[in-house]
Amino acid sequence: MDRNASISIRHLYKIFGPQPQKALEHVRAGMGKTELMARHRHVLGLRDINVEMKAGEITVIMGLSGSGKSTLIRHVNRLIEPTAGEIMIDGENILAFGETRLRDLRRRHMSMVFQHFALLPHKTVLDNAGMARAVRGDDRSTYERDARAWLERVGLGGQEDQYPHQLSGGMQQRVGIARALTSNAPIMLMDEAFSALDPLIRTDMQDLLLELQQELQKTIVFISHDLDEALKLADHLVILKDGIVVQQGEPQEILLNPNDPYIVDFISDINRARVLRVRSVMDAATDPPAQTAGKVDADATLESVIALSAGDTTLSYEVHRAGAQVGYLNMQKLVRALVPTQASQNGMRNSTRRDPD
Amino acid sequence: MASYDFLFEGLGLGEWCDRDASPGPMSMADLLARGAGGQAEKTWTQSLWDLPFPSLDALNQACPAIARSRDLTRGLEQSFLNVRDPLRVVLDPITQPLSWALENALHVFTATPWWIMLPLLLLLVWVASRSWALMGFVGGALAFLLFVDHYTFAMQTMSIIFVCAFLCVLFGVPIGIAMSRSDTMQRLTIPVLDMLQTLPTFVYLIPLIFLFSVTEPKLYGIAIILYAIVPVIRLTDLGIRLVDKDVIEAAEAFGMTRHQKLVRVQIPLALPNIMAGVNQTIMMSLAMVVIASLVSAPGLGVLVLRGIRNLELGVGLMAGLGIVLLAIILDRVTKAALARVNAAASVPRH
Repeated sequence: MDRNASISIRHLYKIFGPQPQKALEHVRAGMGKTELMARHRHVLGLRDINVEMKAGEITVIMGLSGSGKSTLIRHVNRLIEPTAGEIMIDGENILAFGETRLRDLRRRHMSMVFQHFALLPHKTVLDNAGMARAVRGDDRSTYERDARAWLERVGLGGQEDQYPHQLSGGMQQRVGIARALTSNAPIMLMDEAFSALDPLIRTDMQDLLLELQQELQKTIVFISHDLDEALKLADHLVILKDGIVVQQGEPQEILLNPNDPYIVDFISDINRARVLRVRSVMDAATDPPAQTAGKVDADATLESVIALSAGDTTLSYEVHRAGAQVGYLNMQKLVRALVPTQASQNGMRNSTRRDPD
Repeated sequence: MASYDFLFEGLGLGEWCDRDASPGPMSMADLLARGAGGQAEKTWTQSLWDLPFPSLDALNQACPAIARSRDLTRGLEQSFLNVRDPLRVVLDPITQPLSWALENALHVFTATPWWIMLPLLLLLVWVASRSWALMGFVGGALAFLLFVDHYTFAMQTMSIIFVCAFLCVLFGVPIGIAMSRSDTMQRLTIPVLDMLQTLPTFVYLIPLIFLFSVTEPKLYGIAIILYAIVPVIRLTDLGIRLVDKDVIEAAEAFGMTRHQKLVRVQIPLALPNIMAGVNQTIMMSLAMVVIASLVSAPGLGVLVLRGIRNLELGVGLMAGLGIVLLAIILDRVTKAALARVNAAASVPRH
């Protein structure tokens, strides 16, 4: 496996209970989660999951609690064994791995960041950061410099000799991230890594992650129940509900074309102007308007364009990316994109209520 | 005539009963009845009110072929005596090192002059607790025991506790670890631990007296170890099972082997509980070593026993005070060590 590892999950099923294989037949025959529970006392964790996670991208798996997202991420390093399906990492099915290869995979190709940090309380910050390398059997002298460098990078310089309990939650999670980075593994699994932090610190950590990702280009699988966080981080967004993928794709795409009432419901409360980008609502470069008011970047948020136009909806802008002109942005179209149109047109928002879970 | 005659006659077993009849040992009550001369047998007025529970004795009256309760206890004793010799062949060599350890410890503790022993013990207290106050208290208490000439007895007691508690930890911690790793092992071990903990302390001594000679130190050594090993096993098991699941998951996610997980995560995080178990084990060794003076364990317990036997109130009370002092010393020192472990390892994190 090289620096960039892609993960692909195919037809993955997970059923919890004493006889999962038997229950699997019922599920394959089309039995739903509630019926399976009521009739056969088995819990349907995941149902026919197919996700391609590209190398060097952040794939965010989003869903409410009980949707199976934590179960899914634990399949990637086989902390949980699937009932059926395939998990390919760079074309190799890791379910076929024996104990030694699996351990090697976990030691060298993956790292994980946990919701509740899961640091070793009896070790110093430095030892925690170097844990993955120590487990591998590396000599302390070889990893200590790396560990110090990453701690410095995540903003914990000078705290190496403290113990985790002496740090705040946000700082502990920085140690968790430094631990994952020091392991130098191409894949990083982040299980609700920022959910236990308060909002301001959470934003900081998201920015830190994006910044690190720009230079490291790791394959990151990020679990979240927070849509704003998911939209901010995701290159590829997977929305799970009751163990089923309801929709997946580019976040902008999902936002503009939700294909399920559940998602419509989900996205109705977010600030679209801040999330949507110019490239998602522009017209491709065919038909130039009479006059343009200036240039905007394709990746600028709509919010920044509204600020630029001072609210004038009669304007149009040239859209540029990397110096080249790629399209035109009509302000009226921009304003229309801010309204969750599909929802308002067919009344989905009013006809469906959020699920109890 | 007896209450249950009807039963055996009804079943047609009368002949079988009489054929196998054996006189067996006579009870005191029978003897008295016979000695009184009169035909004690009254005519049986078979009312339901007088019907005894069909116990062994009651059934025996009706059918002599059935054993009596005292035959049962005698049989128990006999079978124990029968297995004693083969058991000894196995147990004697295995437990012999315990005798040596105890003899040597007793010798070292009592033969070393007090002016070497005292600083050594104080040094040990310092290493374990890092507390001047505690060291001062221990120094004072030991000086008092020296002053009232109970020092040798106290050292004998102390040496037995050192050896037995050490062996308890040596065997108890691995057993606890095995229990924490396997639910089957836990299910099998817990009834044994429950039995060891609830068995009255004197009862431990009975089979041991049969197995070993009273002059051998291992006799009381085994009794103490069996009694005191329970808490360290239980708390090791509990401590490892209570280790934060998140941390264990992290250890697995980073590819730790079972052994790495045990040494780097589980034991360090369970250490406060294990230390609490060691503290309990030491305190229970002290309790047992006093009772073990019944089977020739030397130490302060001997003086207590003398106080009881000869009604020498002062001797008993003084030895009791010595035991209390030893108990406080052992408890405070192990608790101080525990507190240091706690401060280093398990602090609330979330």
